[in-house]
Amino acid sequence: MKRHLISAGDLTKDDALLILDTAEELASVSERSIKKLPTLRGRTVVNLFFEDSTRTRISFEAAAKRLSADVINFSAKGSSVSKGESLKDTALTLEAMGADAVVIRHGASGAPHRLANWVHGSVVNAGDGTHEHPTQALLDAFSMRRRLGALEGRKITIVGDVLHSRVARSNVLLLGTLGADVTLVAPPTLLPVSVGTWPCEVSYDLDAVLPKSDVVMMLRVQKERMNAAYFPSEREYSRRYGLDRDRFAKMPDDAIVMHPGPMNRGMEIAAEVADSARSTIVEQVANGVTIRMAVLYLLLGGETT
Amino acid sequence: MIIKNVRILGGEPVSIRIADGVIAEVAPGMDAPEAIDGGGAIALPGLVDLHTHLREPGREDAETVQTGTQSAARGGYTAVHAMANTSPVADTAGVVEQVWRLGREHGLCDVHPVGAVTVGLEGRQLAELGAMADSAARVRVFSDDGKCVDDAVLMRRALEYVKAFDGVVAQHAQEPRLTSGAQMNEGVVSGRLGLTGWPAVAEEAIIARDCLLAAHVGSRLHVCHVSTAGSVEIIRWAKSKGWNVTAEVTPHHLLLTDDLVEESPVGAYNPIYKVNPPLRTRADVEALRAALADGTIDIVATDHAPHPVEDKETEWSAAAMGMVGLETALSVVQEAMVETGLLDWAGVAQRMSALPARIGRLPGQGRPLEAGEPANIMLYDPSARTKVDPSAFASKSRNTPYEGMTLPGRVVATFLRGRPTVLEGKLV
Amino acid sequence: MSDSRAVLEAPDIHRALTRIAHEILERTKGADDVVLLGIPTRGATLARRLGDRVEQFEGVKIPVGSVDITMYRDDLRLRPARPLGHTELPPDGIDGKVVVLVDDVLYSGRTVRAALDALNDLGRPTAVQLATLVDRGHRELPIRADYVGKNLPTAKSEKVKVYLQEIDGRDAVVLVKGGAR
Repeated sequence: MKRHLISAGDLTKDDALLILDTAEELASVSERSIKKLPTLRGRTVVNLFFEDSTRTRISFEAAAKRLSADVINFSAKGSSVSKGESLKDTALTLEAMGADAVVIRHGASGAPHRLANWVHGSVVNAGDGTHEHPTQALLDAFSMRRRLGALEGRKITIVGDVLHSRVARSNVLLLGTLGADVTLVAPPTLLPVSVGTWPCEVSYDLDAVLPKSDVVMMLRVQKERMNAAYFPSEREYSRRYGLDRDRFAKMPDDAIVMHPGPMNRGMEIAAEVADSARSTIVEQVANGVTIRMAVLYLLLGGETT
Repeated sequence: MIIKNVRILGGEPVSIRIADGVIAEVAPGMDAPEAIDGGGAIALPGLVDLHTHLREPGREDAETVQTGTQSAARGGYTAVHAMANTSPVADTAGVVEQVWRLGREHGLCDVHPVGAVTVGLEGRQLAELGAMADSAARVRVFSDDGKCVDDAVLMRRALEYVKAFDGVVAQHAQEPRLTSGAQMNEGVVSGRLGLTGWPAVAEEAIIARDCLLAAHVGSRLHVCHVSTAGSVEIIRWAKSKGWNVTAEVTPHHLLLTDDLVEESPVGAYNPIYKVNPPLRTRADVEALRAALADGTIDIVATDHAPHPVEDKETEWSAAAMGMVGLETALSVVQEAMVETGLLDWAGVAQRMSALPARIGRLPGQGRPLEAGEPANIMLYDPSARTKVDPSAFASKSRNTPYEGMTLPGRVVATFLRGRPTVLEGKLV
Repeated sequence: MSDSRAVLEAPDIHRALTRIAHEILERTKGADDVVLLGIPTRGATLARRLGDRVEQFEGVKIPVGSVDITMYRDDLRLRPARPLGHTELPPDGIDGKVVVLVDDVLYSGRTVRAALDALNDLGRPTAVQLATLVDRGHRELPIRADYVGKNLPTAKSEKVKVYLQEIDGRDAVVLVKGGAR
């Protein structure tokens, strides 16, 4: 594995399987009474969050603490830290504190790449702008694998705002690496113009794709996209691309429903679909801690250069 | 003064005798004890840049008229057009005269201020174009560069109005709504990197509209930094109609592509490649080279855009757009156009000196190296190979995308009206 | 091939495990509360074999599991991060049980130390015992085995390799001469 985890594309198939297998072993730690391993004693993990994301930060924090790492939370949101100059200065500060890993969430695509130039520790991308969110993709793949077994040849449909989705980008790359067949479904306005070059299929017709899907992953639709005329109205979006009960019924009986959260219930996903037994939405959260433990262990658990 | 052993436009070795800032004689074999030995270098008329950001007044931390003209001289330039997007904006006779005077005081390179088209570059009201034209700075080129004059009526009026003093409107073609928040060329790479796309059509649509407007009102249009194959097609079409449209391309758009944002020796998302208009694709680069070769694109202009380190050592979206270019321009043109066989040295002189001087209406620049012409001369050794070292730049800024690259050629000397500003590659 | 010789062949291993199974039964008075926990990879296989033998001899099925010690190692930082082995506790856990840790080779004792730490996080056995197929000496910690298949005097420069049918396709313990470090 590379020193950093910035893009899901950085992972070879062996890397990805190693992370998933490691997570499989670590899953039991969450179930025992002492949910802690001594492995990363003396290591320092900094959570550097330039965007609010309590869920992701807590997930990384729990993962690091379960491995006995020291965790420093650095929330840059709300402070004057918004210009890039400060990203570099912040990086130098973290360097001085001896951070072995920096988990970064940033509103600018590519911020983790830049950070990696300025720190010696491992950089873990916890979501950068509209670029990638590799640990989300890993936890999604982990959740799928626990439900469905190996992902080779599985039909996975990702629905929604692909253009602005870091989750979609990371999933397309990772699931492709793992041998799954990914189909993106979205209104054409919410797909990159170059999506034809991506290693996946593209469709504008959700109803046509659903009956052939083993997994349907619904992406969150940001309200602000509506103002920018990506689609006419919430109602129309929901009618054409929302996963309601009727559409849910078109899915194969053993197919599962995923959502990276937070959900707009009634918009991209109906409440009863989100809460059904075939929804992995709740276990995705628990799996998030496990997969992040695996990532931190594999990046920091051995010798460091 | 005699400059001996130089090859004008790459021809046979000759000597050039200069008296009172004018070329007195060009002939083989002339010598004198104090003669400057060109060592077989190519002699070209001093280069003329139609598109330079000198940053003074307002951003003297990035560049000043002094350092900018030093940089120009080191690049072989004897005249530059200083863009109007300073602070305050060069939208009055007072500001353009100040910049012009600073250029004269430093005396390294003629500085011709470009006047803003609209007050404060705000695109609402025409600036006092006539006053700037009549000022000591004799402004002939008007541009809101950095911003597009996107209001069609305002653009029409500007094109019409500058006819009174033989001015030209140099348009920064960028449809603002199509490029809101745009970060890089919209295409395969932007889609992968999750950076907001900057579609080619945002440039092409404005160019098409402006060509039609220029034709309609019978005025001169100059298109700044053409960057797409589609723009080339539109300009070719406009020229075929006989319309008075000229266009420039920057050295970086002749050499670099948008893949560098994803993969380069300086790492992904390095804002050293962030520029407006953005780096485009290989197909665009090929089209631009062909267009410059066949004259569809008239000239090379640097769009020298200095920025301090802290404006580039950031995450991509926070970084400033632009690259310095004066000191590498000819080398890049050699690499992209001469080494590829697309242009000879006469063609280079035409596109980097004669035509930009003509578009800018500079009578004393861009003239052939003949007896009786002003002694604006640059000497260039095309056989040299230089590893680009930004710390050696005369520019105050270091934001070059070529750092560490080995480029062909070296500027040996520059003469401004007979007076050397650069000798042995060093400022005099 | 480097200079190596088999010190135990399949029948030797068979006999050694049979003896250890008897000793466990004897020492734990019928193995009522015993849980066999193997240390992956080969310790886990040996634990299963011991469990099978105990069942064969006494007709009692004793719980068998595995405990991976990777995350508890004291030398993690000396090598790149290692893949994890499998930890699987019997359904009733290890609280109040007599845990017999099973490993293939006892050497420095550091693996066993790590296993004891791991057990500490997994529950509270009444006692922990240690069974090993080979004890090759050179202890670096105050640890000794309760059940030993074979005491094998070695030089530190030598390597002991254990092959098991389930994993390697044959049963053997091979001593590899030094210099191959």
